This record gives sequence, structure tokens and C-alpha cells, in this order.
Amino acid sequence: MATAEEEVSRQDALQGIGCSRKRKEDPRFVQGKGNYVDDVKMPGMLFADMVRSPYAHARIKSINKEKALALPGVHAVLTADDLKPLNLHWMPTLAGDVQAVLADEKVHMQYQEVAVVIADDRYIAADAVDLVEVEYEPLPVLVDPHKALDPDAPILREDAQDKDTVGQGPRKHPNHIFTWEVGDESATDRAFEEAEVTVTQEMYYPRVHPSPLETCGCVASFDKVKGNLTVYITSQAPHVVRTVVTLLSGIPESKVRIISPDIGGGFGNKVGIYPGYVTAIVASIVLGRPVKWIEDRMEHLSTTAWARDYWMTGELAADKDGRIKGLRVGVLADHGAFNSHAQPTKWPAGFFSIVTGSYDIPTAYVKVDGVYTNKSPGGVAYRCSFRVTEAVYLIERTLDVLAQKLGIDKAEIRRRNFVKPEQFPYQTALGWELDSGDYHTALDKVLAAVDYPGLRKEQEEKRAKGELMGIGLVTFTEVVGAGPSKSCDILGVGMFDSAEIRVHPTGSVIARMGTITQGQGHQTTYAQIIASELGLSSEDIQIEEGDTDTAPYGLGTYGSRSTPVGGAATAVAARKIRAKAQKIAAHMMEVSEADLEWDIDRFKVKGVPGQEKTMKEVAWAAYNNVPEGMEMGLEAVDYYDPPNFTYPFGTYLCVVDIDKYTGQVHVRRFYALDDCGTRINPMIIEGQIHGGLTEGFAVAMGQEMPYDEEGNLLGNTLMDYFIPTFVETPHWETDYTVTPSPHHPLGAKGVAESPHVGSIPCFTAAIVDAFSHLGITHMDMPHSSYRVWQQLHELGLDKRT
Amino acid sequence: MAKQHISFKLNGQQVDALVEPRELLVHTLREQLSQTGTHIGCETSHCGVCTVDLNGDSVKSCTILAVQANGGDVLTVEGLADAEGLHAVQEAFIQEHGLQCGFCTPGMLVRAHRFLQENPDPTEEEIRWGMSGNLCRCTGYQNIIKAVKSAAQKLQQA
Repeated sequence: MATAEEEVSRQDALQGIGCSRKRKEDPRFVQGKGNYVDDVKMPGMLFADMVRSPYAHARIKSINKEKALALPGVHAVLTADDLKPLNLHWMPTLAGDVQAVLADEKVHMQYQEVAVVIADDRYIAADAVDLVEVEYEPLPVLVDPHKALDPDAPILREDAQDKDTVGQGPRKHPNHIFTWEVGDESATDRAFEEAEVTVTQEMYYPRVHPSPLETCGCVASFDKVKGNLTVYITSQAPHVVRTVVTLLSGIPESKVRIISPDIGGGFGNKVGIYPGYVTAIVASIVLGRPVKWIEDRMEHLSTTAWARDYWMTGELAADKDGRIKGLRVGVLADHGAFNSHAQPTKWPAGFFSIVTGSYDIPTAYVKVDGVYTNKSPGGVAYRCSFRVTEAVYLIERTLDVLAQKLGIDKAEIRRRNFVKPEQFPYQTALGWELDSGDYHTALDKVLAAVDYPGLRKEQEEKRAKGELMGIGLVTFTEVVGAGPSKSCDILGVGMFDSAEIRVHPTGSVIARMGTITQGQGHQTTYAQIIASELGLSSEDIQIEEGDTDTAPYGLGTYGSRSTPVGGAATAVAARKIRAKAQKIAAHMMEVSEADLEWDIDRFKVKGVPGQEKTMKEVAWAAYNNVPEGMEMGLEAVDYYDPPNFTYPFGTYLCVVDIDKYTGQVHVRRFYALDDCGTRINPMIIEGQIHGGLTEGFAVAMGQEMPYDEEGNLLGNTLMDYFIPTFVETPHWETDYTVTPSPHHPLGAKGVAESPHVGSIPCFTAAIVDAFSHLGITHMDMPHSSYRVWQQLHELGLDKRT
Repeated sequence: MAKQHISFKLNGQQVDALVEPRELLVHTLREQLSQTGTHIGCETSHCGVCTVDLNGDSVKSCTILAVQANGGDVLTVEGLADAEGLHAVQEAFIQEHGLQCGFCTPGMLVRAHRFLQENPDPTEEEIRWGMSGNLCRCTGYQNIIKAVKSAAQKLQQA
């Protein structure tokens, strides 16, 4: 009999699920041996650079390329007129609209791509950009989305002026994109009419940009002889890019190879298809040479996908004890000049309807209107599942407003409204089935860890002395793991994901997935899943992603979908292999399959000590000694179509002290408890949470992309756009509970986005809480010192006595 | 534009390059000398992913002209490890999970390497200020701080 000690050491040797294995990726990265898009160098490679519009809305009267073309080293200057014969001057967006690849007669936003210059190197290309002469006739600019549907509003998209739909339902105005309604409007109205108490809160969720440290870019290389196109690209969804390239170019998918190499952060920004990619591909096809296009930071912040920009109104109906009877939400969504937000096709407002949160809300109604403005296009999920951050912000904020109105403690009002553990799986009023949760335990654990009553007492004492201290509390539920193909697709392709695993004769493994890591550590964690499922050491398991020539088709990595969908595919593919291995083991030991039991890394004959075959031995046999009629080899593929989404949740608590005279907010404490179900690598989970909290801090405290009345973007350098440094970033405390997902093969739910989703309303809540005794119920982000000072000043608190 | 001949020490080896006077050091390193460990993030000195060591100082190579390195001594991430293996800061970043996407990592490591010579036994507060010219979007800095502390201890024991 194996001793317990032996079993532990065999288990440890696998470095499987649950261990904080060091990352497989790191030795390359710490030695400068990463391979990011801008590191790719090809013989004869040219560089592309963009001529961009200085105006937010203007007609293009003429474009003169002559001087640029005369510059030595310039190979081409392409405009919409050059792309027109190829029908590539416009491209479809993921949302069913179209977007100009290069401005076609009109520009609709500042920095819009007007022409692309191709030159020998990036310096010559930049020189030539300055030599392209464009004559514009400025047009009236529409910046304020509230004015978009005015009868006399300037019509932005003349190309779509007469269309009944731009892909997401009927329209009521040339600047209108869609109306999306969900829930029971009349029942909700009734709940409000009958309610003992109601509250309404308007709030603006500013336009923010994910801004990973690596900007977007690509290297396109068309081989004229073979007719093959290879593109290295900063994409979170390389297989989707390949499908789009095929649809646009007519080159069959088998001749299009898209490679997402190492990616320097994505956070939702690298899901979309951008004009720079398309023009680099076209230029490579036209010139027959590789073409590299890399954005600079200003181009990145000005034109590639941003997030949010939701003008929201939240209303709650409740009884005197704070028990919610109904939720009503209205949203005006500013989508910019083209509807190129990235959401599954049938979800114009993403998963915003998760807005009922962690609460048992009997009836709800949500209406979202999307409109065009003269701003850059987008509306992606910045480190969150589609529009979930906005939804969580709305419910958590509005619930606090209700608590303040009723004088109920903010923890207590949550406890009274939580979906109870015995109610799972729980059907929300807006159509979601929350898979599992234990909200009370998470809340109680956090309140105990921070001594919540002690904090409230301290706050009382501080208030008595005229000092401002705030406690923010958020108990969020996310929806991730998109998603079941019956409800989720992108361009008609279901949102499954895939894994293909090969076990070689000596027991080493190569596995490929349809997802793509951007820092999440897939090469480490997928190997841990396979190690636990197959009993082979993760050190011998090689993970590859991102090359469409070798990886199975998958929808990519965003919306925390890698573990819920790709991880599930990996587990299921591994289980197919283990099922075959069991048959081979039975054959090797001349027993029936049913006589065998699995034990960490081997099959044992039940009740016969010593009769066993390790997975390594079985792997060898799979290539020379299989049962009659069985095919040789040991590999499997799985395309996993999830039966439901997963619903990670958490309780976050933030304590702030505010300087009355400067408005500076000091985050004294931030305690984050996350429940992401089964935990695959605790070290990586903690790292993801630190990162998500920091991005949440950035959004809450400083990020915004303001436009002036003429549509000039005022915050598109890192001087203006806030990215927290070491100095501002608070210290994070993390904690967890484990409530496995009942439908995921491993019980895992996904984690990396929860801290972003959950922390943002928590910072706002803490800051508002500091003012709550003065009747303040809400303050819009970003909570920069200046803006907080404005609130202090308005209340007369900044006066020195 | 007439090119200038420059010569400098890169990770201990003498190298030569012909550069336009306007060429940025980061482009010379990455494109002419194929040292792509040093990255480009903002081109305005804010993000620090292009940080290299020039004559014993941390500099942002996206806003230094290559000609300014003429006759100088440049260290990039590729020069941190030696025949003995990884440098203590590299090892500590792996052990403390001080990196995720890896894009800021080379600049972060080169800065940490210099910072620990400026201040061999820093407090957390001193690390936060001393490293504040380098941005990271992934880690929230907490594990980088742990890594720098742990590397400091290792280096002091050595």
C-alpha cells in the first residue's frame, strides 16, 4: 500500500490544480526573449503610418499625395479611393455596422484614418505623413450624446442615413443605433407605484481606455507566389481575425495564417479589428512585401477601442425595511462614430442585464439606447465581461442610495436582499441563471476581517472631529465565460472554445487551445489542468496558443472566458484521453476496465496491491500495444460549448481618508474577497486580482477621455491619461471563499476581471460614504483630487476656521 | 540625412552603428542591433518600458538620441544574466510573480538593477518612489515590490 506520504509526493510531482506553480512564461520574459509584434522583423519589411484627421467632423475636399510620394523611400500612399476598387474602403464591425477603413469623403472623428503611407522605415513614413496635403471643409460637430437625437442634430453617418437598421434593431433617427429593452416594463412600473419607498440616481460612467503598455500593431506578409497571407497581430481573438480577413479579402482561411505572438496586455482593447490592420494587409498584398504597422500611444488612446461612456439612471422600489421590490434602469450609450463595440451579436448592451447583481429582485426593466457622436468608435469590455462593469456599478451605487435614504447600514441592506444559498441555481428577473453562490458567507468573512463595527465607530468619532473618513462596501456578482452558443455568437460563430491534447510515447504532452494569453499565464495553468487530469507532470506539458495554422478554432481570450470555456475544453479533452488510457491499461494488465481505479497518476487494479500501470507506461503502450480494434495514439480534441455562464462573486471593502483642504483621497485599506470557484493556481489568481484592483483604482480615481465642444480629444497622452504608478497604487489585501460552479467540469469560474468590476463602485462608495452624513448620495468618477475638492468646496468644508 | 558613426559598449561588447542624428536610441537597439528586449510604450518618457542603463544611470531610451550613447556604456535586459545564470532581480521577479504580460518587465528589471545599487536596502516606500518611473498595467506593483525587496536581500547576502 502506498503511504500517505508517497501519495502527497506523487501529487506534488504533478504540479497540478491548486498549486502555486511558478510561471512557465517567465524565464523568457525576464531575459528579454519575449516575441511581441513589434519584435517581428522580416526581410524587405516596410512600415505603415497614418495620416489622421485634425477635425471631428468634416468633408474631405481633396487629398494631394504628390509631395509625399516624391520623398525617397516612400512606396505608396493609399486613400479610400485606392481601396474602393477592392471594396475595402469600409469594413464590417463586430456589431453589424460598418466602419471606414480610410475616410470616404467625410471624417467622423478626430484622428480618423484618412490615408496610409508605406515607406522604407518608420522615420521616412512619419516624414511622409506630414507631406500628405488634405483639404477639409469642417462640419457641425456632435459631441453631447444627449443632443444626438434632436430633430436639428447634424447627421453624422450619411452612409447609413436611410438604413432602417445598422445591425442591432430598428432606429428612430439617423444618429440612433439601437434601442435594447429587457424585462417586464409594466410589472416593474407597478412595483414602483405600489412601493413604500423609491430612489432614483443618475450617474455617468466616463469613457475610459484600457491602454495596455503595448499598443496595437501588426506585420502583414503576403506571398504572391503561394497566395498565402501571414499576419502577426496584437489580437485577443486570432481565429476571429482570420475569419474576418477571409470574408474581406476572399483569400480562403486555409491560406490565411494569423499569429498572435506574445501580447503586451490586452484588457479588451485588442479584441477589435482596426483600420491599421486592414491597411497593412492591403498594402502587403498590393506591394508584395511585408508591412509593419505599429501605433504610437497617442494613436492608441485616440482611435482604438475604449470602454463605458454610459449615462445611466438607476431606480429602486423597496419596502421600509429596504427589501427591493423592483429595479428600473435607463441608459444612453455613446458609441462614437461607428458602432464597432465588441459584444456577442445578439447583445447590443452586452450583459448589462446582469444589473440585478447579487440580489433577489422580483421584477426589473432595462432600456438602453445607443447613439452616434463625433468621437472614436468603441464600447469594449475593459477588463470585464461585456458591459458588466457598468451594470455592477449601477446596482451597487443605487443600493447605497436606498440604504442612505432608509438609514439602513450598507452591509445590512445587502444581507437583507442577497440571493440565499438555497435559492441557487437562481433565475434573475432579467433572464440569467446564477449557477452558484454563497454571498452571506463572503460578506461576513470580510466584515469580520476588517472589524466593520470598529470602522463605523471610528468613522463616527472622526465625523465628530470634522474629519472625513469613508467606508465603501460592494458585494458584486459577475457573469463571465461567454458563452453558450444558443445565445452567444460573434459573426455567426458560436462562442465555444477548444483544446487539442497530444500525449507522446514517453509521456510528454503538447496541447493547443483556441484562446490566447496576454499575461494571464495560460502556459502555466492549462498545463496544471492537464497534469491533474492525466497524472503527468506539468513540467512535461507544453501549451501553445495563438497560431491559427496549428491551434484549433476558438473565440479567444476576453470576458474572463479562458478558464470557464477554454479550461473546460482542456479538462474534457484530457478526460477523453484518460478514458482511452483506461482501456489500454486494462488490456495491459488483462483485466476488465471496470476493475480499475484512477489514483493520481496511475490506474490500479482494485483490491490487488502492486497491480498498476502509470499514465507514462500507458502512453508508451498507446503507440505499440493497444486492444484489438482500437486505433493507436493518445490524443483528443474538445470543442466545449458551455451549458451556462459562470458567476464569480466577491465582497470588497475600502476605507478612505479625505483631506478636506486638497481633496486628496488616501486609500487606507482595501480588502478584496473573491470567489471564483475552484482555484487552479492561487499565485496567479492573486496576481490577477492585484492587477484588476489597480486598473479599477485607475478608472475610479483618474481615467477619463474628455472631448471639447469641437470634438478635440483632450486626454490622449500618458501625461493626461491616468495610469497609476507605484506611488499612488494602494496596498491590496486579498481573501477568498470557494463555491464551485456546478456545471463547469472543474468547478472553476474565472477570476481576472472580478477585481476590476468590483473595485470601481467600491472606491466611489467609499468616497461618497465619507460625505453621506452631509446628504451626498453620489459623486461621478473620476475622483481626482480636484473633483473631490469641488465637492468639499460646494459644502463649504474646505474653509479653514 | 547624413548618417553618423557611433560606437558604444552594449552589455559588455563594443558595438558600432550608422545612425541618423535624429534616431532614437531605442530604435538603434531594437532595429539595428536586434536587442528587442527593450520595448516601446509611449515615446514620451512616461511608461518606462524602454528603460536602459546608460553610463550608470537609468534612462528612457525612447527620448535619448542614439548619438548621445556614443562612447558610452549601455546595459539592457539582455545583459543582466551572466555565465552564472540569472541576475538576482530576474530570479526574484519569477519567484514573487512580479510579471504577467512581460512587456514592462525588461525596463522594470533594468531599473531595479540600478535602483538596488543606488539604494541596496530600500524600504517599501523607497522602492515605490525609486521605481515610479516605470509603469505596469498587469501586476498592481505589489509583487514587483516584493521581488525588489527579495532581490535586495539576496544581493546583500552575496
